[in-house]
Amino acid sequence: MAKHKTPLLDQLESGPWPSFVSDIKQEVASRYANPKGIDFQIPAECPDDLLGILELSYVEGETHWKHGGIVGVFGYGGGVIGRYCDQPEKFPGVAHFHTVRLNQPSGMYYKTDFLRQLCDLWELRGSGLTNMHGATGDIVLLGTSTPQLEEIFWEVTHNMNNDLGGSGSNLRTPACCLGESRCEYACYDSQEMCFQLTNEYQDELHRPAFPYKFKFKFDGCSLGCVAAIARSDMSFIGTWRDEIRIDQKAVASYVGGELAPNAGAYSGRDWGKFDIQKEVVERCPSQCIRFEGGKLEINNKECVRCMHCICVMPRALKIGNDRGCSILVGAKAPILDGPQMGSLAIPFIKVDDDYAGVKEFIEATWDWWMEEGKNRERIGETLKRLGFAKLLEVTGTKADPRHVKEPRHNPYIFWKEEEVEGGWQREISDYRSRHQK
Amino acid sequence: MAFISSGYNPAKPMEGRITDIGPRHFTDFLPPVLAKNKGAWDYHEIIEPGMLLHVGLSGDKVYTVRCGAARLMSVTHIREICDIADKYCGGHLRFTTRNNVEFMVPTLEEAKALKADLNGRKFASGSNKFPVGGTGAGVTNIVHTQGWVHCHTPATDASGTVKATMDVVFEEFTHMRLPAPVRISMACCLNMCGAVHCSDIAILGIHRKPPIIDHESVDNICEVPLAVAACPTGAIRPTKIEFQGKQINTVAVKNERCMFCGNCYTMCPAMPLADKTGDGIAIMVGGKISNRMTTPKFSKVVVPFIPNEPPRWPKMTKVIKKILDTYAGDARKYERLGDWANRIGWERFFEKCGLEFSAHLIDDFRDPAYYTWRQTTQFKF
Repeated sequence: MAKHKTPLLDQLESGPWPSFVSDIKQEVASRYANPKGIDFQIPAECPDDLLGILELSYVEGETHWKHGGIVGVFGYGGGVIGRYCDQPEKFPGVAHFHTVRLNQPSGMYYKTDFLRQLCDLWELRGSGLTNMHGATGDIVLLGTSTPQLEEIFWEVTHNMNNDLGGSGSNLRTPACCLGESRCEYACYDSQEMCFQLTNEYQDELHRPAFPYKFKFKFDGCSLGCVAAIARSDMSFIGTWRDEIRIDQKAVASYVGGELAPNAGAYSGRDWGKFDIQKEVVERCPSQCIRFEGGKLEINNKECVRCMHCICVMPRALKIGNDRGCSILVGAKAPILDGPQMGSLAIPFIKVDDDYAGVKEFIEATWDWWMEEGKNRERIGETLKRLGFAKLLEVTGTKADPRHVKEPRHNPYIFWKEEEVEGGWQREISDYRSRHQK
Repeated sequence: MAFISSGYNPAKPMEGRITDIGPRHFTDFLPPVLAKNKGAWDYHEIIEPGMLLHVGLSGDKVYTVRCGAARLMSVTHIREICDIADKYCGGHLRFTTRNNVEFMVPTLEEAKALKADLNGRKFASGSNKFPVGGTGAGVTNIVHTQGWVHCHTPATDASGTVKATMDVVFEEFTHMRLPAPVRISMACCLNMCGAVHCSDIAILGIHRKPPIIDHESVDNICEVPLAVAACPTGAIRPTKIEFQGKQINTVAVKNERCMFCGNCYTMCPAMPLADKTGDGIAIMVGGKISNRMTTPKFSKVVVPFIPNEPPRWPKMTKVIKKILDTYAGDARKYERLGDWANRIGWERFFEKCGLEFSAHLIDDFRDPAYYTWRQTTQFKF
């Protein structure tokens, strides 16, 4: 029997979309019934009190969670977020309600035995409530108390062979799209690269030593299912530098109407007969496609690899064979200096098995940012403050027109002394020998 | 409750300790057909909303059924997902980057049976547990933040605004009849742990009242210099005041300089911003992440404030529905919401969507603001 009346939340149980209120209520019922006789390490009433405190916020229009609280597991500086409610007498079940972040597997594939282990763990040692998944990609376990943290960590590492995710001023849990596991657009193995670099940089992930958070995201192509270009301090986005492969027979099948354009993604409305001229040729941003005499031609040298033509005719057009990734730096949400998109730093790099070139770039970037970045300054903001050319300098990257949308609008160039013939040391007497006062 | 030990010995924390092992390798979890065809997929088709077919160069086929889910999920619900995956998918499943769940099966018949099963499962009060959809030119699941469920800085709730919105746009989740995909995202404060700044439609919680200063606590629980440095507009300064007969160190806020970002509160818990009438929602539109045809774009603020109206935020959902419907009726095929607004012009966007334009929508924050003003005589009457 629920402890609290929740008339406002109850109104979120109707309607077609899955109701989180109904779901929490089934967890409330399950904990009170406790058919397996579990000795809950967190009060059985925890989800019930969560509904209670949430209802209070719905009435009052203000949150009831207190600020912070430094808790964690021994030797790690992240992965656990302390949380306490500001009405512990009314809602004792959520007086302590810490979050544990677990590092999700690449592509967020699971087997049920792993998830069932997770459920058993979180039923015993937590609220029974989770986020699948958090905004950065972690498995988020909501609601536990401080004495449980080491126990949870022990079980996760020993029994599930998994680690915590990141929080605070460290490398946040890297995330990737599903990549080559189920997508023909993947230009590199984003899952493997995400996994390898996550493991390579475990120290940076667990022990905060950065000016602020730092996110890696790995997108297999420029469509960006994991939002790397907008959400990661360093984005790895798959691309190719040779030719789009064309199957002219399949092109004819799209034109003839035998194949559904866009793999059927637009099939819910009658958009009329597929018109390759209008829908592909004229929509190409670099106007590098021709369709004449039933033959599709792409001027690959002028292609910017936006992938529109490939998306429209996936059976006819395939990504190139000489594949790798672009690296962009500095994306972030608006806090504090306004939103930033990633800026292209490395137009193309091959993704080798040892990721040597990538690691070299990462480490040079971090060395510079750790030296120059201010407290709570994302690398995108450091770049704005000190200039994009600085990143090229510290990473030994040669400047290239691909680094800019257009050249600078002002002539205020910070010339270095060594770039100017004869240097900057001059004698006023020499000047005066030619110019009277 | 008796404390149950996992095996951890608090007296010897390093004994048997395992650290720095990272996540499980994804190949532990891949369905066999995916492991076999990894890196060798030929093409895909969306058979119907929520159902995908992927075909390997080997000729192997795999059908995926995608369904929506609330990202706030109980272990009871996850166990039901496991039961479904055990019954149909050999115990394999995945989650998408937008909080959907995907089940993979070898044949179309199984996919159809699975879809019917998923669509038939309801919570006690009638909402769908696993509505199938979220593919192609439609609205897929909303990515969001914690809100009043778990966060200390929100200006609104996340799960509730998302539920209310998805109920209103549900038909677009189960259809593929929009001009292009529409990605809706929700973040419950400017901190945007949900990073909604590149979404077709973004729901954003905002504060409108400057922090209240808890003078009694500032010097005890805050580092005053950090609180001062946290303010992007320099609105905070250290000060001394007389409080209960004693001189104390605290901070003063120049209210007219406050941009309500809440960064001070992040650094100093003695400066809360939350307020029932001050807080509410801004709507942003026209962002995108994909490089398809046009380059990635930021979302733009088109409604500066809508009051919080829990539990269903009717004014907010009405605005979202109006924008979505106007876009659906007016945009060309393949045109994302922001590309449509750019083509017709933002003056036309406000007119068509019936939205009021105000000075609040003209950027005045630092240098990038200038680049959003109109520096041309090209405009529409």
